[in-house]
Amino acid sequence: MSSLLFATPAELTAWLAGLASGQRVLVPCQEGPSVVYRPRTAEQLSAAGVNALLRRSTSSPKQAVLPQCETLVAFKSVKDEQDPSKVTTTVENPCKAEPTVLFGCRPCDARGFVVLDRPYLHGPFKDPYYGARREATTIVTQACPSVFATCFCHWVGSHPADGEGSDILFTAVEGGFVLDILTEKGKALVEGAAFADGSDKAEAVAAAHKATAEALAPAPNLSEAAAKIAARFTDTAFWTRETVKCLSCGACTYLCPTCQCFTITDEGSQLNGRRLRSWDSCMTPLFTLETSGHNPRPDKSQRMRNRVSHKFSFYPERYDGFFSCVGCGRCVISCPVSLDIRHMVTAAMEGMEGKKPAEAPAAPAEKTAETPKAPADAPAAPKTPAKSKSKKR
Amino acid sequence: MSVLAGKELRIVGFLCNWCSYGGADTAGTARAVQPTDLRIIRVPCSGRVNPLFVLKALMNGADGVLVSGCHPRDCHYSSGNFYARRRLELLKQFLPVIGIDPERFEYTWVSASEGQRWKDVVTNFTARIHALGPAPRWEDVPARYDMPVELLESLRPLGCGEHPALPELKQAIKDALAQGLEGVLGWKKGFDAIHAEPVFMTTPEEVDSLIWGPFNVQNLAVFLPQYKGRKIGVVVKGCDSKGVVELLSEGLISRDEVQIFGMGCNGTVNLSRILAKLPEGAAIESCACRGNKITVTAGGQTIEMTMAEVAQDKCRLCTKPNAVISDAFAGTPTTEPEAPQDGRLPGLRFLDSLSLEERMGFWKGQMERCIACHACRGACPMCVCRDHCVSDSRDPEWVTQEDTVQQKLFFQLIHAQHLAGRCTGCTECERACPMDIPVFALKQQFGRTIQKIFSYGAGLDVNATPPLLTYQVEETTIKERDLA
Repeated sequence: MSSLLFATPAELTAWLAGLASGQRVLVPCQEGPSVVYRPRTAEQLSAAGVNALLRRSTSSPKQAVLPQCETLVAFKSVKDEQDPSKVTTTVENPCKAEPTVLFGCRPCDARGFVVLDRPYLHGPFKDPYYGARREATTIVTQACPSVFATCFCHWVGSHPADGEGSDILFTAVEGGFVLDILTEKGKALVEGAAFADGSDKAEAVAAAHKATAEALAPAPNLSEAAAKIAARFTDTAFWTRETVKCLSCGACTYLCPTCQCFTITDEGSQLNGRRLRSWDSCMTPLFTLETSGHNPRPDKSQRMRNRVSHKFSFYPERYDGFFSCVGCGRCVISCPVSLDIRHMVTAAMEGMEGKKPAEAPAAPAEKTAETPKAPADAPAAPKTPAKSKSKKR
Repeated sequence: MSVLAGKELRIVGFLCNWCSYGGADTAGTARAVQPTDLRIIRVPCSGRVNPLFVLKALMNGADGVLVSGCHPRDCHYSSGNFYARRRLELLKQFLPVIGIDPERFEYTWVSASEGQRWKDVVTNFTARIHALGPAPRWEDVPARYDMPVELLESLRPLGCGEHPALPELKQAIKDALAQGLEGVLGWKKGFDAIHAEPVFMTTPEEVDSLIWGPFNVQNLAVFLPQYKGRKIGVVVKGCDSKGVVELLSEGLISRDEVQIFGMGCNGTVNLSRILAKLPEGAAIESCACRGNKITVTAGGQTIEMTMAEVAQDKCRLCTKPNAVISDAFAGTPTTEPEAPQDGRLPGLRFLDSLSLEERMGFWKGQMERCIACHACRGACPMCVCRDHCVSDSRDPEWVTQEDTVQQKLFFQLIHAQHLAGRCTGCTECERACPMDIPVFALKQQFGRTIQKIFSYGAGLDVNATPPLLTYQVEETTIKERDLA
């Protein structure tokens, strides 16, 4: 379904403020030089006006559906006063999926949720926490008015006006915004809103989309990326050379709209505690540290290889050739040492023999993903105890 | 304040086993009447008290913290309390920057025989905490999101033009490579005209890609410890060289394994400030630097800016534009300005202008957007623990996995605490932060206190002993604190 509506900035602001009365409205807000998603009330939204809420966020809006940290289970044990050996334990699931409108994210961000859906919802197990929040979230996306030097959505099968993953896609045109209602959820959101019909603006919208898309530099052909990067896996010299400047800090993974790995820890005491799920990063040593003290990925080059391979090789092999990178470029623009994943991908592909992802044998690549080999000269394993780990790859 | 006299407050006491714990015991045996608010934790020595113990207690709701050890010269381990005195004094003067009243923390000396003195110490400290009332809770403090925006006047003219000695520097590096150096760390052009990236140059062609100018923001000293045992070189700005000196003085790299190439620095840019001047999302097409003007063409527009508008804060107050230490220095050194009266960068200036509660609110607001990626740690040349950072440990568990403001700020406190007397002020932590949180203010608070008490600046002398690794029996600059 697709229908066009037209709204002036004032109308859009009023609509957004109206939405905030019944649900959580997350909008990109300026905080210092950064732009972050914050819940805003109707008054705050009316005061700010929609034009102040159109900047691209510094960190991805992934938090709305996959928070940095969430309590899976809270538990409390109470000892019987008469007989302390008797313990009554109560377990509580504090997960609440608030109805949420995510406003102003970009097509790449919206597409990030589609990437997250595959392992979280379409795998063998459906994640109820993620699923509930995903279900409760309506995504209102802004078609990109301009492209950053670091944008590369067109490398990974998208474009600056892609509606995939969005419920409503709006485009700035002369005098206001044209809203393209893409889903039933989106339709429900504009129900009752006094927006004018926008069918006559279709040409202006197409022109705006075209102008933005043309600003992107030509993209390389990544159709054989999965196989070629898989073939590069054992080339340790390549990964070491490419990661010389990496600080192993992990900012890239935490800013990424598609990085999906988490760790599970228990906090509090044995009698009163919480089981938490929090973001994890394959760029840190703790990601693979085993309780024995052995770390199969002791070096930053192996960690970076995992990040690049997961996005461009393991994930497409598992999920019909889709990359788990949406090309938002946040990892590039915010990297303290300007490490560029685009360069890494093209360099890894260069000179490699590749097959089409569909023909690539899935099994061996799966195996390499699960058991990366440690080099013979791996340094002594650290003595600190490992965190309890559980991840999705 | 006894239980009967009114509501107790939460006061934590760290007492050394040999003196103060004995003193408390003596007071108890003598049936001295004392307030009961204090919860005592026995430690082997006041020197065992990690300042993080105190910070953790205060961050997690303690209303007051008291540390008590043997009198100076009377330590069971001869010098533990001398070290403790320096650390704890520093900690006390650090607390205001995060909005904690320094009066909530005290350290003192009580011997095992001084039962009466112990009683007085406890009574007086408890009375002080009760006068202050319960500590403000992080949950109750209103968060504030305003940021320091001040642009400081620079001490010297900053420039961004082509450096005339760059060919000389390249030649020196090529010569060193020819003489068997494995590689040299430098900068080359990054993904666009205003981004530079580190490069490990091993061939003459790679040396030709070396750039020098306002975009060389990264401090390459951060990479040095990982090359231990290999002979390499590094190109440094003045600030970076301080990091190299500090690593050398701590024995983390060795002088015969690293060759240092320097050149006079004319300042570097804060990329956020440049990007803020460009239309949002405009891809940078070209950038020209001449004199002190940077001309950026982006999104079809040409925008001119001066170094005075976009330079990093540290460059404005920099007094060491030339490498403090170098094996090869190309060109003429940049004139070094006099040290400023006030070396505070905007973050600390801003915090100093706030009340204690406002400072708590400031950190609450800032840390709210922290994504705990720890890029600050990754970019810090002094964070040499790398894969073995104590904040990643589950035992001891200094920080949990929770994404609360307190947890995220506590990580920053660990970082600042571990840099006390070591931080050379390169501000890489702040530059690397993807969320632009002014975390350097915490380190500068330690830095200025160390300057005040010990007249010491890190990274200037390879043979200097950092102030927290030594002591004086009579500390002339530390006021004796007496609670009795």
